[in-house]
Amino acid sequence: MYEGVVQDLIDELGRLPGVGPKSAQRIAFHILQADPVDVRRLAFALQQVKEKVRFCSVCGNVAESEQCRVCLDPRRDLAVICVVEESKDVVAIERTREFRGRYHVLGGAISPIEGVGPDDLRIRELMTRLADGTVTELILATDPNLEGEATATYLARLCKPMGLKVTRLASGLPVGGDLEYADEVTLGRAFEGRRLLDV
Amino acid sequence: MHVAHLSLADFRSYARVEVPLDPGVTAFVGPNGQGKTNLVEAIGYLATLGSHRVASDAPLVRLGAERAVVRASVVGQGGRTTLVELEITPGKANRARLNRSDNVRPRDVLGVLRTVLFAPEDLTLVKGDPGERRRFLDELLTARAPRLAGVRSDYERVLKQRNALLKTAATARRHGGGKAADLATLEVWDGHLARTGAELTAFRIQLVAALQPLVAEAYRQLAPDAGETVLEYRHSFEGELPSSREQAEQQLLDALQAARPQEVARGLTLVGPHRDELLLRLGPLPAKGYASHGESWSYALALRLASYELLRSEGGEPVLILDDVFAELDARRRDRLAELVAGGEQVLVTAAVAEDVPKALTGARYAVSDGAVTRLTP
Ligand SMILES: Nc1ncnc2c1ncn2[C@@H]1O[C@H](COP(=O)(O)OP(=O)(O)OP(=O)(O)O)[C@@H](O)[C@H]1O
Ligand SMILES: [Mg+2]
Ligand SMILES: [Zn+2]
Repeated sequence: MYEGVVQDLIDELGRLPGVGPKSAQRIAFHILQADPVDVRRLAFALQQVKEKVRFCSVCGNVAESEQCRVCLDPRRDLAVICVVEESKDVVAIERTREFRGRYHVLGGAISPIEGVGPDDLRIRELMTRLADGTVTELILATDPNLEGEATATYLARLCKPMGLKVTRLASGLPVGGDLEYADEVTLGRAFEGRRLLDV
Repeated sequence: MHVAHLSLADFRSYARVEVPLDPGVTAFVGPNGQGKTNLVEAIGYLATLGSHRVASDAPLVRLGAERAVVRASVVGQGGRTTLVELEITPGKANRARLNRSDNVRPRDVLGVLRTVLFAPEDLTLVKGDPGERRRFLDELLTARAPRLAGVRSDYERVLKQRNALLKTAATARRHGGGKAADLATLEVWDGHLARTGAELTAFRIQLVAALQPLVAEAYRQLAPDAGETVLEYRHSFEGELPSSREQAEQQLLDALQAARPQEVARGLTLVGPHRDELLLRLGPLPAKGYASHGESWSYALALRLASYELLRSEGGEPVLILDDVFAELDARRRDRLAELVAGGEQVLVTAAVAEDVPKALTGARYAVSDGAVTRLTP
């Protein structure tokens, strides 16, 4: 154990995802030895992100204003919505430049083990967006693992009566993983080769 | 295939041990508790990523040590040597290495070394719960086709999710109310359970059909005057066995539909391959509950020998491991077993006394005593 504030910092860092006690200690000592200007910039960035960043009122993506950059862009195709689990998936798909529609961020995937059901995801908001008939295609880009597949199947069934074209990214994505880990080329191809989901 | 060299570090009773091995028969002989089984257990672990004796990894790590390392050089088809290594740390994922490359998942190790291990614990194949026999089938499936490890783990994951959902629904019900949306996703899980479950079921049925004549033959060899063995795969629900994966999937969907009220009431998945049974019959009677001790023993051995024959006939001859087997057999069955296995590419035998190893099994002998493994002959 270290002196009060140092230990506090280690404890806080240790709470971050993917940071174990050893790494937390290493980061803490890195910060202790770093240039005060750099540290102040880091602290500022942390504060700003909590103060400024919100979630887009339309799609749930991270946004710096009421709506996110994609939703504010008038050139985006209003007829297509791509459904993803997390904001970071939006970033991954944007990198491919394959997709010109808008997004819908669910905030996770259905997983009873973790107590996540449809009501815990932004599914009701999605249904509201689909209600007026503007959207004609829904691309389900949830992760290529069991929970992602289950969520996609659930959504496809839910949307079936609406007469939408519902598609799923082509296989070829690394199975069992996260969407964000797929490289641009693979992800781009998965978009091009998306198939109609038959449920 | 055969193991040309085995190294252990902090595995079971061994701090460190290096054992060079030859093809053919090798017998490890030594008094009780000296570490004979520990050696062959390590080899089995490399092949299956599990111990035949314990379900958790903690007992595999030497008392006081943090992790165990098992390493073997395996000579496969065409004489190609692969160095395979597993680092076992209880409570953590194993770390695997192939030919000194770090960049492998433990699952990638499956198939490099294939073993068939027979040990006294195998009596539970006949006398134990259905789960023992399901595990027997599934492990053999994975040895035949390592990619089926993925099918198994997919099924287990779906099952866990579905059970979690049913449990929440059941609890909510008992306390009145409950979210309708919970059950709205049940059909989605049904679909996934039926798909992966059908795959597993179809592979198991195929396997049982392939094993059936081999088990019967092995049992005849071991116990010529006894009854005929029959293996029968049984569903967890009424109905005929499917003849295709599609049919299996439809059957499962129907069965889930029918079982729905009980499942929701009990908060548990009641149909599927995790509840199927491999029935072992001897003549007209089930072996479990009816067969004598000796008959059960021969039956269990026949199951393993049949597995060995099956894998052997499909190429990539596995290493056969017989742990403490001969002491349990009478002289005649001992000699028969020796005849059956003498031609194997590599057969590893353990015995407490040298006299237990049949004369017909000529080959290398090692003395195992007090953590040392010493070659005696030739
Ligand atoms: N994790 C461990 N750390 C230290 N010692 C262990 C560990 N696990 C097992 N042992 C010791 O290893 C010995 C058992 O070894 P093993 O089962 O290989 O015996 P064996 O030679 O096969 O005996 P038998 O002839 O009775 O079958 C026991 O004395 C046990 O205490
Ligand atoms: Mg033993
Ligand atoms: Zn938006």
